[in-house]
Amino acid sequence: MTQPFRLPGVGRLDAGKPLAFTFDGKSYTGREGDTLASALLANGVHLVGRSFKYHRPRGFLSAGPEEPNALVGIHRDAARKTPNVRATVQELYDGLAAVSQNRWPSLAFDIGAISDLNAPLFSAGFYYKTFKWPRAAWDRLYEPAIRRAAGLGNAPDKPDPDHYANRFAHCDVLVIGAGPAGLAAALAACETGARVILADEQPVPGGRLRFEADARIEGKSGWDWAEETVARLAARDNVRVLTRTTGFGYYAQNMIGLVERVTDHLANPDPNAPRERLWQVRAKRVVLATGAIERHMVFPDNDRPGIMLASSARTYLNHFGVAVGNRIAVYAAEDSAYAAAIDLKKHGVGIAAIIDSRAAPESPAVEEARALGIDVLAGHAVIGTDGRLRVRRVHVAPISGGPHREFQVDALLTSSGWTPAVHLFSQSRGKLAFDEATQRFLPGLYVQDAVSVGSCNGTFDLASSVNEAFDAGAKVAKEAGFRKPRARQMEASSGTPWSIGMAGASPGVEPGTSKMAFVDFQNDVTAKDIRQAVREGMRSIEHVKRFTTTGMATDQGKTSNLHGLAIASQMLGKPIPEVGLTTFRPPYTPVTFGALVGHSRGRLFEPTRRTPTHDWAKAQGAVFEDVGQWKRARYFPQVGEDMHAAVARESRTVRETAGIFDASTLGKIEVVGPDAARFMELMYTNPWAKLGVGRCRYGIMLREDGFIYDDGVVGRIAEDRFHVTTTTGGAPRVLHHMEDYLQTEFPDLKVWLTSTSEQWAVIAVQGPRSREIIAPFVEGIDISDEAMPHMSVREGRVCGVPARLFRISFTGERGFEINVPADYGLSVWKSIWAEGQKHGACAYGTETMHVLRAEKGFIIVGQETDGTVTPDDAGLSWAIGRKKADFVGIRGLRRPDLVAEGRKQLVGLKTVDPQIVLDEGAQIVADPDQPVPMKMIGHVTSSYWSSNCGRSIALALIENGRARMGERLYVPMPDEMVEAEVTSTIFFDEKGERLHG
Amino acid sequence: MLLIHCPYCEEERPEAEFRHAGEAHIARPQNIAEISDEEFERYFFIRSNPKGLVFERWRHIHGCARFFNAARDTVSDRFLKTYKAGEPKPALDGEG
Amino acid sequence: MKKYSAFAIAREALRGNTGWPEQWSSPEPKKSYDVIIIGGGGHGLGTAYYLAREHGITNVAVLEKGWLGGGNTGRNTTIIRSNYLYDESAALYNHAIKLWAGLSQDLNYNVMYSARGVMMLAHNVHDVQVFKRHIHANRLNGVDNEWLTPEQAKRYCPPLEISRDARYPVVGAALQRRGGTARHDAVAWGYARAASDRGVDIIQNCEVTGIRRGPDGAITGVETTRGPIKARKVGVVAAGHSSVLMQMADVQVPLESFPLQALVSEPVKPVFPCVVMSNSVHAYISQSDKGELVIGAGTDQYTSYSQTGSLSILQHTLEAICELFPMFTRMKMLRSWGGIVDVTPDRSPILAKTPVKGLYVNCGWGTGGFKATPGSAHVFAHTIARDEPHPINASYTLERFRTGRLIDEAAAAAVAH
Repeated sequence: MTQPFRLPGVGRLDAGKPLAFTFDGKSYTGREGDTLASALLANGVHLVGRSFKYHRPRGFLSAGPEEPNALVGIHRDAARKTPNVRATVQELYDGLAAVSQNRWPSLAFDIGAISDLNAPLFSAGFYYKTFKWPRAAWDRLYEPAIRRAAGLGNAPDKPDPDHYANRFAHCDVLVIGAGPAGLAAALAACETGARVILADEQPVPGGRLRFEADARIEGKSGWDWAEETVARLAARDNVRVLTRTTGFGYYAQNMIGLVERVTDHLANPDPNAPRERLWQVRAKRVVLATGAIERHMVFPDNDRPGIMLASSARTYLNHFGVAVGNRIAVYAAEDSAYAAAIDLKKHGVGIAAIIDSRAAPESPAVEEARALGIDVLAGHAVIGTDGRLRVRRVHVAPISGGPHREFQVDALLTSSGWTPAVHLFSQSRGKLAFDEATQRFLPGLYVQDAVSVGSCNGTFDLASSVNEAFDAGAKVAKEAGFRKPRARQMEASSGTPWSIGMAGASPGVEPGTSKMAFVDFQNDVTAKDIRQAVREGMRSIEHVKRFTTTGMATDQGKTSNLHGLAIASQMLGKPIPEVGLTTFRPPYTPVTFGALVGHSRGRLFEPTRRTPTHDWAKAQGAVFEDVGQWKRARYFPQVGEDMHAAVARESRTVRETAGIFDASTLGKIEVVGPDAARFMELMYTNPWAKLGVGRCRYGIMLREDGFIYDDGVVGRIAEDRFHVTTTTGGAPRVLHHMEDYLQTEFPDLKVWLTSTSEQWAVIAVQGPRSREIIAPFVEGIDISDEAMPHMSVREGRVCGVPARLFRISFTGERGFEINVPADYGLSVWKSIWAEGQKHGACAYGTETMHVLRAEKGFIIVGQETDGTVTPDDAGLSWAIGRKKADFVGIRGLRRPDLVAEGRKQLVGLKTVDPQIVLDEGAQIVADPDQPVPMKMIGHVTSSYWSSNCGRSIALALIENGRARMGERLYVPMPDEMVEAEVTSTIFFDEKGERLHG
Repeated sequence: MLLIHCPYCEEERPEAEFRHAGEAHIARPQNIAEISDEEFERYFFIRSNPKGLVFERWRHIHGCARFFNAARDTVSDRFLKTYKAGEPKPALDGEG
Repeated sequence: MKKYSAFAIAREALRGNTGWPEQWSSPEPKKSYDVIIIGGGGHGLGTAYYLAREHGITNVAVLEKGWLGGGNTGRNTTIIRSNYLYDESAALYNHAIKLWAGLSQDLNYNVMYSARGVMMLAHNVHDVQVFKRHIHANRLNGVDNEWLTPEQAKRYCPPLEISRDARYPVVGAALQRRGGTARHDAVAWGYARAASDRGVDIIQNCEVTGIRRGPDGAITGVETTRGPIKARKVGVVAAGHSSVLMQMADVQVPLESFPLQALVSEPVKPVFPCVVMSNSVHAYISQSDKGELVIGAGTDQYTSYSQTGSLSILQHTLEAICELFPMFTRMKMLRSWGGIVDVTPDRSPILAKTPVKGLYVNCGWGTGGFKATPGSAHVFAHTIARDEPHPINASYTLERFRTGRLIDEAAAAAVAH
């Protein structure tokens, strides 16, 4: 028979076409609207998992997200395997395939359970006390074994084909939780016209009304009222109802993170739909209607499959139409659990007994249970249970002493009371207050613009709850700037009120007991473990938690934290608030990485910046490198060439004829205004006032501490206008740095700064034939040596396009840099390229650019410098305006260590064997024979094979480098000691004649 | 993600539009070239780093691009006031 | 002290685990001590332990305003490595690694130092230059660190994506095999137990509200929420709260405190064998013995003492993680939290005497203090006991910001710790 525990005509699910699914390969059927848990229970399956440490068989504790036990793997296909899914949350779909976890070889027979037999050895914190000898064994033996035993499911092993979405939203009132309180609050708020978002983690709103079949609101059954209210809300333009959406994090200034599960419940999801969607909602006011979570009783062997929370059994019955057993006992310390027995009994399920640890419980529920003929054992405790893979017997004894009794059962429902779900309130940094009378933590001092309503606020009574919520909804809408709606009294009632209950170990689980009474199921933490932690000196609840791992499992202690705290507080003889409450850390329930990542994956991980010639270079076969967000052509290999050969050819060609290089990634800043020169004087070490219009200068920018921050060539376009270039990565920070000084230190200067990095494409044409190559395209500029010498700039036209033409060189050759509007960059490039080919020019990439500049000893900021290098260290003291009274860095440069003897200075380095190319980053020593640790006196900053020099060349920062010219130093490599000679930084054309030739 | 009121735009915008720019009301000495090593250390390195009320600089870098000042409580991260660069330090008490 | 061993565990198992003694005692504070350590994290407790063990100074109190290890010790991602560039850093962190290797035995407490290797990924030419510079310097300093090709990196860490098509492909990696992780709580508790055993008073829930100085300016004691306590020597080891405490003694320090976040995933079976760091894409990840992926995030941009941070910071971190390990998008974030890190201008710590006689400070570890815990504690104890620094921490002065003699690992490498 299929679904033998599904009661005909009971529950809210449609009995139509059954859904097929498998669990550990075995086939079952369920109904549309089932969770995996309710469907398995309908088939009489309780055993679904194994615990973390002892591998004890476990069943469903709950019917919701607080579930600690029923974690399974859901395998849609090879790439869509999700571990640790709560079966109580996963909705059933046709074809669902679930597997159990943390067991071998099978769920019913798990070798790992051997640790259960030896449980006393694995007491809290046992691993801190052993595995220390022999020393090497931790890495090789003990730790791998522990790691294999721990963990739950298996991580996916293939890239995730699903995608995830991300939305930002603003609203006046965000209501989290669509139980009766949340619905009432949303109703009140939306009637004022406020923009309302209502979110609930369940597929259908209703909260407690899912199981409280006897609840009535405004003359209707609670469930009908909820459905109608949701429909009313959803129909309004100013309300957005989000189901399957969990508010998981409460961040600063009323920003709430919510995650919506979009497709995990569908058999055949639309491939265009995201699997999950992250909502980041900024709300003027937040209404927390997050409900309460029922606690289990902490009694011996309380973890067998078939032992579950009373309200969950009610949910399975009243919502899903599933009886969780045929003969059921209830063990409780509060009233609401009676309703479970009553509901089940009314549907013909056998109730063995209600065991109540209270001496003389008095409530209509007790009367009703007795009237139904249920055996109510007040003042009794469950002192043990039997049944390996499913509970089958309950041992009961009077608390005051007396004869034991046994009940044959196939399920045991427990409740010790309800814990208000204050997680989000606590995350909002609100201060919780402990209510002595009811032994609960409740929202106390609010730090953000929020309000708690209903059972998360401690208001358990349904009528009070909806009215409190309605009033609060109206109030916050008014605070958000809307008219207050008419006050309204809502009629509501529920059959069985929730009473206070108890926290901590149940009677019979006293200190000294050897029984295993679980507090935290998933992490296998018992009352005994918590007591042991206290005995070992763990006096703060945070220590108890960390020592025992209670509350640190995937459920984050939703059902267990208060028990743990109560047991610790009892051991310490201190009231609960003095022991403390562990912080509620986000997220409320686990959040998929993908949802937080959204679209920022693969190519969208970060923006890619491309120059105007990118596609051209690609077509030419260029190899690119990442420089910040830029893709830059590194070299242009011809057939059969590797990087070495390509760079050798490119760098030779530039010096023999010419090369064309895309320098568009250079940062560019336009500095304009009557005080532009004064401002430049302050920002750069160099003097600028006397730089003529049409002339260029190499500028060095320091931080205030005197270290090189950036460099670049600056052209004076007009008296009041400078064209500043920066390093490729440096433009944003240089502009920020300039703006900082301009706005806050020198606000009186009349200067305006504009980033023009992306406005100009820059085409460098370098080499003896560069002038001939560009000449046919240049209009309105005399580019003869006389009219336009090295380090000058002119405005005119190139290829008919407005251009700034620089006569500058980063190669040591005669060179030009053509700046044209970026949109024309490619067409100008193509023209130059076509002309260049006639002259035998080549395109070259960043690698050749590096080699050529190194041959000339030009530095790259970030390669020769590293944030600890001064201009003098880099051999650039000539660039400091000696007569200047001020510039940024002037004082920093004079600090004792910056002017001390023995600083590292930039020099050239030639290996004695010219064929050896040193490793960039290699360290340099003076004495090759010293033992480790060696005294390092510097390092290689740049090193290349120079085909133009016919040998390797290197730049290095070396202590007192400039005083060591000609000295032999050593570069110790793992397999050899390389000898090198200190030289000038200029390796090619030392006199600089080629600039003009 | 904080919400920050830009005193130039007169709008509250998400922190993603802003860049934090360190402690406020630390003026660069007019005669910086002449100050002592101790004075330079105090100006450039020493920060009050208060637990409570801090005066700090922000820049609306992806908005109006202006630098401005803010008074914020570093325990609650709540802004007490934002004001334009150059305006005097307001008299405020921390939220404690 | 009752010795921990497999034998003790077996014996206690037979007694229902009821015979374990308190790991450390919690006495009322005395009126006076020889040395007061402010801050009951790993560095502070370790300092007290080494004061007692190495220098015979046992009349010591550790004052903790909350619970032991509740600050950054219990909030960090426990990465341990020593492959720093500068000689000063290599010496300090390598000193720590040597102590880590024997710490479980030394303390008779399993701190689970797991030398599973720390691999730092290079994504571009600049990274390669920087990492090679480190590798060469480390080798000559006797610190292990080796270069791996992308293929070797993937063999060492199979989940790693090394496709050339990635937005920032992995072009190589630096591996320190002796790097790894340790169990953070065990470090605090192990030091507390061992220090307590040697007579150190460990006093929790005791917040220092003032630092007392005599007419000559020298330290005379502290004021606390549990009354005044006298001492001629006070060591401040308070991480994010160092500025606040130092100001009580009128000492200004170059520190700023920032929120730093971390997160763990739900536990899964072993999938991640080592520690991987990528400074270019900002990702730090390992897997704990429990099975959780432990992921370090970045700091928020603003100073804060709130121990929380922005969701956007976590998002950015997970983007990087999923970029490097694309199969992890279906994993779930279980828990996230924030700490307060105290950052110096050169990102290196201050471990030094101060201008105030009898006042010592150990702060400024930024995001990287855990790895140094035993080394830092050991040399700081020396500094307090001898009133002069150990050669290993001689450069970590307060004065270096005046002279400009910084130990700027961050500038030199663009590397977070």
